[in-house]
Amino acid sequence: MTETQEGAGAAADAPGAPPVPAIELDGVVKEYLAHGEVVQAVKGVTLTIAEGEFFSLLGPSGCGKTTTMRMVAGFEEPTRGTVRLHGRDVTDVPPDRRDVNMVFQSYALFPHMNVWENVAFGLKRRKVPSGEIARRVGEMLEIVALTGREKRRPREMSGGQQQRVALARALVNRPRALLLDEPLGALDLKLRQAMQIELKRIQREVGITFVYVTHDQSEALTMSDRIAVMNDGRIEQLAGPREIYERPATAFVAGFIGTSNLLRGTVDRVESGCAVLRVGAEGRVLAAEGAHRAGEAIAVTVRPEKITISTEEPAGGLSAVRGTVSEVVYLGLYNSYAVSLADGAEVTVFQQNALDSTSTAERGDAVWLSWQPQHSYAIGS
Amino acid sequence: MSASGPRSAGRTRPRGRWTDRLLRIYVWLVLAWLFLPIAVMIVFGFNDTQSKSNVSWQGFTLKWWGRLDEYPDLVVAVRNSLLIALVSVAVTTVLGTLMGLALGRHRFRGQGATNLAMFAAISSPELVMGASLLSLFISAGVETGFATVVIAHVLFSLSFVAITVRARVVGMDASIEEAARDLGATPWTTFWRVTFPMILPGVVAGALLAFALSIDDFVITQFTSGATQTFPLWIWGATRIGMPPQVNIIGTLIFAVGVAVAVLNAVTARRRGT
Repeated sequence: MTETQEGAGAAADAPGAPPVPAIELDGVVKEYLAHGEVVQAVKGVTLTIAEGEFFSLLGPSGCGKTTTMRMVAGFEEPTRGTVRLHGRDVTDVPPDRRDVNMVFQSYALFPHMNVWENVAFGLKRRKVPSGEIARRVGEMLEIVALTGREKRRPREMSGGQQQRVALARALVNRPRALLLDEPLGALDLKLRQAMQIELKRIQREVGITFVYVTHDQSEALTMSDRIAVMNDGRIEQLAGPREIYERPATAFVAGFIGTSNLLRGTVDRVESGCAVLRVGAEGRVLAAEGAHRAGEAIAVTVRPEKITISTEEPAGGLSAVRGTVSEVVYLGLYNSYAVSLADGAEVTVFQQNALDSTSTAERGDAVWLSWQPQHSYAIGS
Repeated sequence: MSASGPRSAGRTRPRGRWTDRLLRIYVWLVLAWLFLPIAVMIVFGFNDTQSKSNVSWQGFTLKWWGRLDEYPDLVVAVRNSLLIALVSVAVTTVLGTLMGLALGRHRFRGQGATNLAMFAAISSPELVMGASLLSLFISAGVETGFATVVIAHVLFSLSFVAITVRARVVGMDASIEEAARDLGATPWTTFWRVTFPMILPGVVAGALLAFALSIDDFVITQFTSGATQTFPLWIWGATRIGMPPQVNIIGTLIFAVGVAVAVLNAVTARRRGT
């Protein structure tokens, strides 16, 4: 190793130049040979992650998110495409010479070393002077609240503590980006939620780019600046948490993130830039954006909490459909209604419980569902 | 170690008095069965025997311990056995560790064949292996002696080391090595700082096994030794005229060293947390 991690890529950050992205993937494809057949795990991923960003790769297992991250770390070599870290092409650079560090799902702590030795491992490999190692390891253990446990072995610690050792071991090297592969997967719910806040705090404190792989949508929504939702080796949508949730680009994203209702219908007419769908005999759904023609069959999503449930026919400017309440579930904070439409489709509605929490509808009631036009979007299939 | 079994079972699961006692008796019987021959060997090293045969107890003495070098060819034989064991264990440990790593970590062409060859080496009768080695050496024009014994010992102990190391490698999280690479360690450093310390208990156990196999091998050594005398071969020759107590003492020493190394390996492995 001829260059230190701190030095790598520094030349690219010349003052005045546009900011160099921390991580760039350009048309990255990963193919495996499994049982004599070529399997594409990643089918052409292009994305740019900015310096200091908290970026999540979100998707179900087998969607290619971990493979994508492993190509950034250097454990997998892309079949095609380019990986750049701070403008430097690292596609063929081995993991020990990339200035990124990873937190593994299994933590992958060295069982034969104590906490201090684990955290100091990376600095020792970089031939950092021993005085500086002692200082930096001490500081890092303080950040992750493990001061005083330097002599412990990994197996003598709880899952949450091991998790923090893994985090400290990676961060102490001051990597240009930290890659986290489902780091909270092995923790119980309470600890996981605490660690989510903790991770976000640490990221703000150290100001390092975080790339976070997870299959847990709430985790991604809570922590990320931007999220790439992946499915079947491709990015389905790349946007901020709010946009991913409010405006899912595809049926997959709508279904994967939160609860979503999918309504299919035929465009009846286009009125002042709004496509009007006919749903059933009396129903109409307005889809705000997108160029649609009359007669076209499209699908529209709407989130359950955007829908108002009432027995009277709503005003004209709203999307409105008729249905019968088939189920009411009391969930404390809100009620969840399942409403069957005339065409057999089922719509989920969340209605917050107000102070005088009497249910607005009972099972078997005929009701109107209505929502603002801007809350439903036509989506690609 | 076996003795802790019934004790911990008694703690976790209450059982009737008589079954508890029965289990205890059974365990002690098994232990006795395992250790009685070794105990006899050790005890008869202190036997004040007057005749050539050392089979009936005559009284306690330490005199044989002072006369270990009474038979010069026994000394040579023991030295040969130790040298053969050391050289063959060194070779076997290196080769077997590399084999175990390859078999445990990677998928490669010829893996099935390698596994088959390993189990064949373990399961083939010693007589068959010895005889075939002898005919191989003769037809190849190799003079049998120290070197051919070492080759033979490496051959039959290699699989044991490879299998012990492989078990260790398979049980190891592969991402630990990736973590080392990720933290800036070269493949070489990763091996010596992370992989090797983690598989070390398996390597030591394999080496001990190889040592135990080598030091007391008789059949294959008999075929391949030529004029070289080893400890087991000397004993075989001596039994016809009576075995001196020195043999018991050397056996005791070899046993003691083996046990000491095994205990040390277990204790350090536990202390290192691997």
